Amino acid sequence: MKDQSLYEYLLLLGDNSMILGHRLSELCGHGPSLETDIALTNISLDLFGQVRSYFQYAAELKGDEATEDSIAFLRFDRDYRNSIIVEQPNTDFAHVIVRQFLFDSYHTPLLEQLMHSNDETIAAIAAKSIKEAKYHLRFSSEWMKRLGDGTEESYQRTQAALNHLYPYLHELYHESPIEKEMKDQGIGADLSVVKERSIETIKEVIAEATLSIPESEPRMVRGKEGIHSEHMGFILSDLQFMQRAYPNMQW
Amino acid sequence: MVNSTLHIENESIMKALWTVTDPEIPVLSIMDMGVVRNVDMENDLVIVSITPTYSGCPAMDTIGDDIKKALKEEGYQSRVKLVLAPAWTTDWITERGRKKLAEYGIAPPMEEAADKAALIAGERLVKCTHCGSTNTRMISQFGSTACKALFQCNECDEPFDYFKCLK
Repeated sequence: MKDQSLYEYLLLLGDNSMILGHRLSELCGHGPSLETDIALTNISLDLFGQVRSYFQYAAELKGDEATEDSIAFLRFDRDYRNSIIVEQPNTDFAHVIVRQFLFDSYHTPLLEQLMHSNDETIAAIAAKSIKEAKYHLRFSSEWMKRLGDGTEESYQRTQAALNHLYPYLHELYHESPIEKEMKDQGIGADLSVVKERSIETIKEVIAEATLSIPESEPRMVRGKEGIHSEHMGFILSDLQFMQRAYPNMQW
Repeated sequence: MVNSTLHIENESIMKALWTVTDPEIPVLSIMDMGVVRNVDMENDLVIVSITPTYSGCPAMDTIGDDIKKALKEEGYQSRVKLVLAPAWTTDWITERGRKKLAEYGIAPPMEEAADKAALIAGERLVKCTHCGSTNTRMISQFGSTACKALFQCNECDEPFDYFKCLK
């Protein structure tokens, strides 16, 4: 394939949204209140919409008989390029919100950069998605403040979730060889800028939420290279069941 | 230059496209939604370019199928193309579309500043679709579909949807 690097970059972008979107979809019918249930599944839907755009483009590049579905459902775990943070389970509502907030804080400046990609399709997808990502960030930031500055229990749970998830955040900022290559070609985002903006947002919201940023070391994880956490196999068996059981099925 | 109302010379194509509605908001034609961005002829094939309101809008596939069906009834073969740029904005909903939304029970999107004031600062600006009062409050930032937020009227107590401003 001529555009192998671009193809893999699209997987990297799409896989984060897909795995997080899947985690959120698990909450359908299980949200703590009707409003949050609907909100989280709406966010999931937005993310899946973005994934479709990335994978339709990736399928075009790949040619043969690749489709958005084959890319989404028929890869093995080592071929997924998502970061470990999005695989983390829905332990409680605080984990769901903290995971979402940390991702949104990264996603928004990432898309801001990709809007100026010299790849027209990526720029168009980003310009469309940024409006949604900003709305997600608004939602998750407000919940961070409400939970952090809420009751003693909501504060403790949110701080615990932050302690658990924060070390995984750094992987999102860590530039992989593919991301470097894409950045150098003017296609991909500059993660150092993304990191700066993301940390700025996090500091601001966390201060207002009366929480504190954990001092723990970043976790050395390698989701971008396809080395995933124990959760990934379970996620994929859920996600892929239909396509494996009924090959080529369509809605 | 992108116009919110698209002018197409061919009347029967135009007529067919006007009959297609958003399955989530059946009173509203996709032409009033500003979802149809372009119509081209390639020999005998009509190529209709549409743009999604939200990335994950599940209505897009249905809208695409409905367009093909409506054009077929007028005797045209067609292909539907999804375009992402420029991204859809609520500014593309026509005046008539806004009126129809309100009649259907969905408060139409306000301009950006007012929208933010209502959704973030909680200012009472969104008009209740039942009794017309602006003494309303937001219940949830996300409503029954991605494009809506859920409101409730403090006067008549009825809940209603508000179509969020998207720019």
